[in-house]
Amino acid sequence: MDWKVLLEQAPSGGMTYLGWLASGLFWTLAVSACAWVIAFAVGSVVGVARTVPLAAARLAATAYVELFRNIPLLVQMFLWYFVMPEVIPKDWGDWLKQDMPNLLTLPFAAQFSLWEFTAAVLCLGLYTASRVAEQVRSGIQSLPRGQTSAGLAIGLTLPQVYRHVTLPMAYRIIIPPMTSEFLTIFKNSSTALTIGVLELTAQSRQISEYTFKTFEAFTAATLIYIAITMTVIFAMRALEKRVAVPGYIAQGGGH
Amino acid sequence: MIDLRAVSKWFGTFQVLKDCTTRVAKGEVVVVCGPSGSGKSTLIKAVNGLEPFQKGEIFVNGISVGDPRTNLPKLRAHIGMVFQNFELFPHMSITANLTLAQVKVLGRSREEAEAKGLKLLDRVGLLSQKDKFPGQLSGGQQQRVAIARALSMDPIAMLFDEPTSALDPEMINEVLDVMVELAREGMTMMVVTHEMGFARKVAHRVVFMDHGQIVEDCPKDDFFGSPRSERAQAFLSKILHH
Ligand SMILES: Nc1ncnc2c1ncn2[C@@H]1O[C@H](COP(=O)(O)OP(=O)(O)O)[C@@H](O)[C@H]1O
Ligand SMILES: [Mg+2]
Repeated sequence: MDWKVLLEQAPSGGMTYLGWLASGLFWTLAVSACAWVIAFAVGSVVGVARTVPLAAARLAATAYVELFRNIPLLVQMFLWYFVMPEVIPKDWGDWLKQDMPNLLTLPFAAQFSLWEFTAAVLCLGLYTASRVAEQVRSGIQSLPRGQTSAGLAIGLTLPQVYRHVTLPMAYRIIIPPMTSEFLTIFKNSSTALTIGVLELTAQSRQISEYTFKTFEAFTAATLIYIAITMTVIFAMRALEKRVAVPGYIAQGGGH
Repeated sequence: MIDLRAVSKWFGTFQVLKDCTTRVAKGEVVVVCGPSGSGKSTLIKAVNGLEPFQKGEIFVNGISVGDPRTNLPKLRAHIGMVFQNFELFPHMSITANLTLAQVKVLGRSREEAEAKGLKLLDRVGLLSQKDKFPGQLSGGQQQRVAIARALSMDPIAMLFDEPTSALDPEMINEVLDVMVELAREGMTMMVVTHEMGFARKVAHRVVFMDHGQIVEDCPKDDFFGSPRSERAQAFLSKILHH
């Protein structure tokens, strides 16, 4: 084993191999965080839509979930990156592929463009949204039906009932499965390497190719993934404690 | 005040309400009873539009509940409703439960809403619990808070759907006491309950339902004196002798 290799100067980027790993970690986190924002926002809207008393909204939301959940992630990655620019008007497609500004000041961005990053974020975000939507839906449906009735009975509108009554409880209930959805985005972000985003896995592969220290390169990446996962789990546990409802015992659904 | 005219409702092909006609005048207390599954909850929830119905009409203070142009949230804000399972909002403190709708629906200021809420909390004897959460209260206490929450909206009428049937026996009276007091103050009330003691004490009329139909609708004394239908007699003897 030769861990010192990580401190050697790397052939590009003006940094050590450790710097490559750090840059890879940066992009992994950037892709994950941006994708999570999309997944959370879109997933919440779609999940709520699956529970409203409006057949058209429920149908559209169900179609979304089934579509995104049942196409393999890698296929979706290629659809966004390769196919999407070809099916939209040619000018727009060309702009996406060639003229999207590079994030030159960020580590290693010079080797891939903002389009690769954007496609990865859209793909992961919208795919995970379908999973988040299911969590949100099940969270809402696990609440007693009488909660919605009580909210309506006191004069709140249906949107107000969601905002003040159902969603605050539903989000609390689904913190554990949402944690695992976030970790899934984090781990799935490695598929972004297939369209050229130099995230953590791509960087460790690059290091192993340059230095032939395969074991060290991938062990380092593994440890970084584990460290981040642990951090997220602890943070979410802390959040769960912080928002815990005094005296609340989870009840069954129904009414 | 509450006027039901030939209300019918179907769940698919199953008819839950069959031509139900009755009324609750201002200041009147009407008790609705009947076997489980006879449609009592469906009927009382139709009154504030929580259960839509396909035929007939319901008027509350002259406003048609079934009319699609009716502003239901506005109408509901003035009809208090108390549920079997209390349905306090578990993630909010007792004070927040009492003020939420006053602020969001009636547009009262936070201070005004809190003053009103705490006054009513005091009235149901639970002022000391104002900073607790629903899960930290007993069932009877939760139901008293739920009544205070409904009253905080200054309702013109109160609907109760089996308010004591989820309670342990020793807590039933603390809730009934609050309801009796409310009735004696002249509140218009429609109460689904099997507590015949309550009915005897404060009801003006008793409505007996079976299989979605209103079988009896008569003054309290007539009901307890000589219920006209066999079904009502059978029901009464069953719940009184157990
Ligand atoms: N959402 C529903 N879908 C189908 N049937 C229902 C629904 N809600 C209630 N019912 C049926 O309607 C009947 C009346 O119910 P309900 O009004 O709750 O009776 P009660 O309150 O008198 O016990 C019951 O037979 C019940 O099974
Ligand atoms: Mg019922």
